[in-house]
Amino acid sequence: MKRDLLAIGGSAGSLEFLIRSLPFFWTGLGLAVVIVLHRKSNGDSTLTNLLASRTSLVVKEVEEKEAILPGVVYIAPPDYHVLIEKDFTFSLDYSEKINYSRPSIDATFESAADVYKGRLACLLLSGSNADGVTGMKAVKAAGGLTAVQDPATAEMAFMPRRALEEVAVDFVIHESNVKEFLEACSRE
Amino acid sequence: MTGSEAVSDEGLEILLNDLLELYGYDFTDYARASIKRRITRLFTIDGFPSFAEFRYRVRNDQDYLKRFIEEITVNVTEMFRDASFYRTLRKDVLSVLGTYPFIRIWHAGCSTGEEVYSMAILLKEEGLLHKSLLYATDINPQVLEQARSGIFSMTHMKQYSENYIQAGGKHDFSSYYSASYDRVKFDDSLRSKMIFATHNLVSDRSFNEFQLILCRNVLIYFDKDLQSKVFQLFDDSLETLGFLALGAKETLRFSPLAQRFKQYGGREKIFRKMS
Repeated sequence: MKRDLLAIGGSAGSLEFLIRSLPFFWTGLGLAVVIVLHRKSNGDSTLTNLLASRTSLVVKEVEEKEAILPGVVYIAPPDYHVLIEKDFTFSLDYSEKINYSRPSIDATFESAADVYKGRLACLLLSGSNADGVTGMKAVKAAGGLTAVQDPATAEMAFMPRRALEEVAVDFVIHESNVKEFLEACSRE
Repeated sequence: MTGSEAVSDEGLEILLNDLLELYGYDFTDYARASIKRRITRLFTIDGFPSFAEFRYRVRNDQDYLKRFIEEITVNVTEMFRDASFYRTLRKDVLSVLGTYPFIRIWHAGCSTGEEVYSMAILLKEEGLLHKSLLYATDINPQVLEQARSGIFSMTHMKQYSENYIQAGGKHDFSSYYSASYDRVKFDDSLRSKMIFATHNLVSDRSFNEFQLILCRNVLIYFDKDLQSKVFQLFDDSLETLGFLALGAKETLRFSPLAQRFKQYGGREKIFRKMS
């Protein structure tokens, strides 16, 4: 099944992987990407600029009520949860931290699963807490494609390992098969 | 927890309709993703065995209704959150308001009042508090009660003190409250200029004219139509040359009112009504 949205979550140690993988994302991919990273809330756009320099896709911070378009990489703004509405627009939420995190990966994965059902893929990267694991279960239950960064190569193995323990994950990703995973996402 | 199954989309609409029909609380123009998440969370933490029982409690138990309203509305707030916002407020907005004989400020959706106390501290430090009135409103009477008390948990004071310093605070933050055990109580001199009242942005009208309205991280929970309605309410409640301060991720830009407002104060979401 072709996926319309790829949701990526990462915490400590995940930025390196993104910087190395984003060049594999090509314009004809036909899906939207939303990236939720745990980070300090300093409100500047360094992260967006850094990631934009690694891909020809448009990279931008999520704006509230913005329509989700294919070929665009959306970055969760610091200190807000990113949720998805039934009309395929983003909404932002400033409620309690979840797993000590805002943005929370669980919040975005669960909300995306509720809207995109099977037309969703999610990828959980390096990290040292379990945010994203519950969300990944919801993606799996909704028929979405699930993937984790290989714990063996992740800087912080805890997060992807917990996902592997608790979810029957479809893909284990290392740098050499990122392209293969993306192709699986875009195949009908 | 696989929350999304606990309360279905249909169940959500039934509950929102109950709240409107039985109690007059209109959440039907709230953005669904967030409110569904909160209702699902409450269903789970309160351990309801079925949606039917959940609905029964909401419909028949007044005490539970209070809890329900308090839990599904987001009441997360901080003192001096976004240091740069408060620096701009002090430097660019209060300097203008200070030239007026009397200053009326409205905190719309004030929750437990952290921003109202932050504002009162700013006004005091600028020598303006004596001629100011701060109207603080929320849909939820419980949070207003808390705000009115001026009592806050000690656990946050370290963070608030850091926020205050970054925001350009001029004194020792702890000079504004007295501590006892795990709680602190803010000065009555700050509270004496505050008026707390319930006000529902969805259904209530304009009640005064202000020179500054603050409504930060409230509109993100509304759908676009309701956002427009509330912008109209703010427009009706603002003097010409008055200021509207929104959250970091909120904007007037897409509203029909945008042309009469000018963004003010660089990258902060502060808008000035020009005509």
